[in-house]
Amino acid sequence: MHAPTKPGPFGIIAEYESPETLIAAANTALDQGYTRMDAFTPFPVHGLPEAIGFREAKVPWIIFVMGVMGGFGGLALQWWVSVHAYPLNVGGRPLFSWPSFVPPAFETTILFAAFGAVFGMIGLNRLPQPHHPVFDAPNFDRASQDRFFLLIEAKDPRYAADETRSTLEGTGAVQVTVLGQEEESDW
Amino acid sequence: MADPKLRPVDDVLIEGQHNYDTITDRIGSVVLNQDNFSPSHAKGKQWFLFITLGFLLVSVLMLSIGWLLYQGIGIWGNNQPSAWGFDIINFVWWIGIGHAGTLISAILLLMRQKWRMSINRFAEAMTIFAVMCAGLFPLLHTGRPWAAYWLFPYPNWLAMWPNFRSPLVWDVFAVSTYFTVSLLFWGIGLIPDFATLRDRAKSKTARLVYGIASLGWRGSTKHWHRYEQAYLILGGLSTPLVLSVHSIVSFDFAVSILPGWHVTLFPPYFVAGAVFAGFAMVLAFLIPMRAMYNLKDFVTMKHIDWMCKIMLATGMIVFYGYLAEIFFSFYSGNQYEAFMMKNRMFGPYGWAYWLLILCNGIVPLTLWKQKYRQHLPWVWIVTLFVSVGMWFERFVIIPMSLHRDFLPSSWGMYVPTIWDFGMFLGTIGLFFFLMFLFIRFLPMISIFEMRELLHRTKEGEHKAEPAVTGGEA
Repeated sequence: MHAPTKPGPFGIIAEYESPETLIAAANTALDQGYTRMDAFTPFPVHGLPEAIGFREAKVPWIIFVMGVMGGFGGLALQWWVSVHAYPLNVGGRPLFSWPSFVPPAFETTILFAAFGAVFGMIGLNRLPQPHHPVFDAPNFDRASQDRFFLLIEAKDPRYAADETRSTLEGTGAVQVTVLGQEEESDW
Repeated sequence: MADPKLRPVDDVLIEGQHNYDTITDRIGSVVLNQDNFSPSHAKGKQWFLFITLGFLLVSVLMLSIGWLLYQGIGIWGNNQPSAWGFDIINFVWWIGIGHAGTLISAILLLMRQKWRMSINRFAEAMTIFAVMCAGLFPLLHTGRPWAAYWLFPYPNWLAMWPNFRSPLVWDVFAVSTYFTVSLLFWGIGLIPDFATLRDRAKSKTARLVYGIASLGWRGSTKHWHRYEQAYLILGGLSTPLVLSVHSIVSFDFAVSILPGWHVTLFPPYFVAGAVFAGFAMVLAFLIPMRAMYNLKDFVTMKHIDWMCKIMLATGMIVFYGYLAEIFFSFYSGNQYEAFMMKNRMFGPYGWAYWLLILCNGIVPLTLWKQKYRQHLPWVWIVTLFVSVGMWFERFVIIPMSLHRDFLPSSWGMYVPTIWDFGMFLGTIGLFFFLMFLFIRFLPMISIFEMRELLHRTKEGEHKAEPAVTGGEA
């Protein structure tokens, strides 16, 4: 449940025709001290995360931790099953015959790590999220096709309605729009 | 020397004049344009013809499974001494076909091979459907498929647990992990394309369904950043996975002591054979599809050329495997091994062995010549030879090793029944059916990766000129 809608805009969004102008614009905004930015592009643009000042390496860590858990979990399961729950004497081999437990433990490592990768990514991205204020931006359906967008959020400490707007207008944007956030309260 | 009559194969991965919009349109419209799937249009008629054919064969599969569940696996040709027959042949054949998809999506991703971008979606779909077909066989061979969950370790009132020293249990882990990870890989690849289809769809239902499937993807750079991290590491995880899956499948045989199975060569030779068969199947589907849906600009002659080369390389590894097997069996000095090889070549099923050598060893060698690699009908015929050959490879390995092992008193013959053929044809139909459903509802080429490819190609052109720079990374 969301708190009642605060008045005031969500941010200002600018539309660009090419990834190069978008990166240049993001660099300009970063130089001017904006920190709460995001860009929206139809494909991952190389160098753009750095241009909006975004650095994060949580996903690889989630994958690593999940993989370790999967590997040791798989090995522990096999040890417990073969030594305690259901000891089977196969050709006089030791109950904990670990070399034959490597293949299943390998598979559980990969399985858990893959779950970590996919659900870690989806979770950190806060998806599924059916609605978001940027969907109200004009032409935003082209963000999944052939247009490139830069958003400066109103939460940015440097945000000032007129100044931010003119900054973005000076970066070669096709159009610059102020985004409301009343739509958000519907969800 | 290059033949001047040959069309030069350049390194262009996207042919024709394209921009982001035309790429999106060309690929997206295959799904969104209703004419492609309406019986009143020529293209739609084709699609209906194929899906109907697939559906008829799926009916054969249903009938075969129904009779099997009613009568039990006695309706198959499996017997003593050949306790494994079509079921395991088909299982290994299908799993192998799936491997090309993972190779293309994962290994080529790690090697930064840009050409994978236009074929990975298609090949990954084939992986998933092939593994589904493969899974049916051991599942039904258990005789009581409704109790198949006993294969997994879970607490139960019988206090029974699987024996983890058995390669068959390893197989359960390997194949189920492989299916799950392939599905995840394919699924996250589709999310951004679902967003594109959501934004382009005209009909309300399509917009709603693709909208839900896209999870509300909005192309945020922060999202893309995490997405690329996840995607690349998934590729890194899938690479050893795909190598492990067919290695573990080969352990089902290699860990036993049966002549013809007990070979250390099996894991690498099975993996190479899997990639070989998989690329053959990808080409067998892609060559007609790129013509049918006007995608020749994205799946270019260069792609086909490279795929042929991979087929040639893996085919040679497999052929080396056949030669090494002959060497091992005589060099071992073991009379059972030597007899197995003589029986393979000149025994009652000798024709199958020579057919295998012809299909997998001889015919693909034509791909050494560029002229043949560019002759699409010939490439297509080669892919059929390879598919048949790889099926016979498993026939040669499985029932032919089993039917005459150590004691002549326990020898026998293996004869498949009509229900064996019904199951086999039926899974081909299922595969066909699922592929055409995939073409109907999902973009068969990854749209966002094609845009990225176009962007990088343009970037490369800019770099050649000194003046242009676009922001420092």
